[in-house]
Amino acid sequence: MAKLKDMLVKRESWSDLIMGNYAVARAMIDTGTRVITTFPGSPTPEIAAALDSVDRDKRDYYFEYSTNEKVALEIAAGASLNGHLSTVFFKSVGLNVASDSLIQLALMELVGGMVIILGDDPGANSSQNEQDNRWFARMSYIPMLEPANPQEAYDMYREAVRLSKERRIPIFLRLTTHVCHAREVVKFNGIETGAPDWTPRFDAAAGPYVPIVSTVFPLKRKALAKLADFEELGNECKLNFVVAPNGSKPIDGKRLGVISSALVAMSVLENLEESKASVDLLKLGMTYPLPRKMITDFLADRDEVMVLEELDQVLENEIKVAAWDAGADCKILSRKDREDFMGELGPRRTMKILSDVWPSIFDAPAEIVPSKEISVRLPQMCPGCGHRSAFHAIRKALEDDVITVADIGCHSLGFMPPYNMGEVLFSMGHGVSTASGLSIGNDTRKVLTFIGDSTLIHAGLPGIVNAANHDHNITLVLMDNGTTAMTGHQPRFGSGEVGDKIPFVPLLEALGVKFIRETDTYQQATLTQHIRDANAHKGFALVIARHPCMLKFTRKQRKDMPDLKMPNVRVDQEKCERIYECVAEFGCPSFQKNEDGSVTVSEELCIGDGSCLQTCPVQALWRPKPGGDK
Amino acid sequence: MSSFNIYMCGVGGQGIGMLSEVLSRACLEAGHNIMGCDTHGLAQRGGIVVSHLRLGDGVRTPRVPDGSADLVIALERLEALRAADAMLAKSGTVIYYDTIYQPIHVRMGKTSYPEADALEETVKTRGGKVERVQLADIDDPRMQNVALLGRLASTGVIEGVSARVVEQALRDALPAKALAANLAVFEQAAEKTAP
Repeated sequence: MAKLKDMLVKRESWSDLIMGNYAVARAMIDTGTRVITTFPGSPTPEIAAALDSVDRDKRDYYFEYSTNEKVALEIAAGASLNGHLSTVFFKSVGLNVASDSLIQLALMELVGGMVIILGDDPGANSSQNEQDNRWFARMSYIPMLEPANPQEAYDMYREAVRLSKERRIPIFLRLTTHVCHAREVVKFNGIETGAPDWTPRFDAAAGPYVPIVSTVFPLKRKALAKLADFEELGNECKLNFVVAPNGSKPIDGKRLGVISSALVAMSVLENLEESKASVDLLKLGMTYPLPRKMITDFLADRDEVMVLEELDQVLENEIKVAAWDAGADCKILSRKDREDFMGELGPRRTMKILSDVWPSIFDAPAEIVPSKEISVRLPQMCPGCGHRSAFHAIRKALEDDVITVADIGCHSLGFMPPYNMGEVLFSMGHGVSTASGLSIGNDTRKVLTFIGDSTLIHAGLPGIVNAANHDHNITLVLMDNGTTAMTGHQPRFGSGEVGDKIPFVPLLEALGVKFIRETDTYQQATLTQHIRDANAHKGFALVIARHPCMLKFTRKQRKDMPDLKMPNVRVDQEKCERIYECVAEFGCPSFQKNEDGSVTVSEELCIGDGSCLQTCPVQALWRPKPGGDK
Repeated sequence: MSSFNIYMCGVGGQGIGMLSEVLSRACLEAGHNIMGCDTHGLAQRGGIVVSHLRLGDGVRTPRVPDGSADLVIALERLEALRAADAMLAKSGTVIYYDTIYQPIHVRMGKTSYPEADALEETVKTRGGKVERVQLADIDDPRMQNVALLGRLASTGVIEGVSARVVEQALRDALPAKALAANLAVFEQAAEKTAP
């Protein structure tokens, strides 16, 4: 079977079963997008994986993982100022990080064109919230396109490129988790562009590009004019269209319609087709600016229209304003239940919402209540994970009234049982500063916080400079696994994979950190002592708890040394006193507690790392020597 | 709307991606219009992983709605039960590999791990069928996926997805050196169709 990396750069057209993220990566290549940047974050990291898989000599584009989303956005914008078509992509909350520069972009003439891809996450499948980034389009005057499936994601990226180049403005392509990860057969065009032209075409006269008192208003005037033009385009645009799957006939004398967009519009379409009801759907592909004429025409032909959108009430507000201005004689119906403003709206939920407003036409689906008897299964750190050893060791050094602050990364999982560490979490890199705030005026309860090595580079350093130089009385544990583990092991700055190694100790010392201890997390007793010492220190203290990500490490080991087999850990049933520290406190998933009360080790799960051996109070855990006996 | 919904589930690290890929290709080869999606994101092991696959011309969304799975394929017993409880459609089929990955709550003694009978009972209340798969001496979870595919192909529950079609999809997906061992497991599981 042909490899993805080769198909992505195939010059001819092709089609295949493919994920939305990969379809978008192909669109970047076949439109001649020249500069592509990102910071990894679900649901979009597979776009990066695809682009990064292509052999370097076959790339007609520059791709990089940047240190954070703001840096990534600025690089893409800079490239566009030079005349190069560019794209930046990241997850929903990444836009918060990038927003300081984002907010300027629509004011500028982006001569090369620029597409900003958002991976929004309704349902908060892998994010700390389900923020609705459609608001950002409104605040930044940037038009937004919203595809419903991989084919549309591909097609709309291409349309975004065309419009962005033509009008020299950035365009949002807003994807959501199950558009990114949906798989279907997608038809791709051939590659239309020739070799890249890297001539730097920046011309200050094409601006102005410096927004100061005298230029802000002319720039803003131009941005607003571009938006108005865009609305005109939306009224004619093929991305906005009406579907009438069952014909447009009045029901009980009323003509009915639904306005929706993106994946939720497809849920509605399934409902309409299933119910055979002659309710029409206006599906919006361009959701900012809204095509007001098209919408008011749709309202004018109907007696009742439901606005069925996912997450916040964004489209509905604007549609109601447009209807008011146009004097439309159409009842506009809303979602009724507060719950309907949360989570993804799949076809069962949209059917329920439709049945709330039109109960005589749509039947509410039978409610399914999952059994409470079935055990929950929480995500866990992998067997051998250095974070597990760290949490187990750190817990031993803490007083009961300690306040622990979490940060983003695999170590966020520490808040769950059995570790229960990390009780506050806002955003990437917040931990040091939030902990600092918790320490002010607080002489009684120790405050301890965590940060990962990737997050340290992303957004952690300003908080550390602040805490170190104001000498806030907290302990920071740097959970250094040498990679960006949670999103799939993208290279981390300072690890040596991108540029030089960055030694953390001299770096942090230079920033003003005076108390630093470090150890491998498998040295659990040492780590416990370091935490005790750090907590006893008055002022800012840093403990570096280091161990390579074992998922990454063992994958590489299997590749490099396919014959190496690390013997699994065993339980000496004679010695085991059924204290269950290994099972319930250290909590490696390899340990299985059997019905007779005995403990065994799963052959499938144990990686033979042995980090558990030191946790047994009666030394009942043991591991045969590689290739030998006990 | 005529559709056939397949819900695959297991525990992170069991290799559900391969199962989903092979089955998707087989369904495509059998002439079905398909749409699906995998859960992605966290790299950690041990959480629930799910893959959805929907067949039919009227399918426009990638996730199997709750209570609508005509077929559940589970790589683990507790996850088979969870899926049978919330996802299985009336008269649906559950094919599962009977292996156990205890979640932390079971290991901490806060919840209990289900007996195989609990699954049988739950499926019976839906008027469905259960196929339990367990072959001796298969520790490699990736091979357990292949065993499930073998049993699935022999039941003929997905229209047009015969043993021949699945075998071809396996041949396309697997590296050459792993093929012979996997095909042996595939055939062994196909022959051991429920008594």
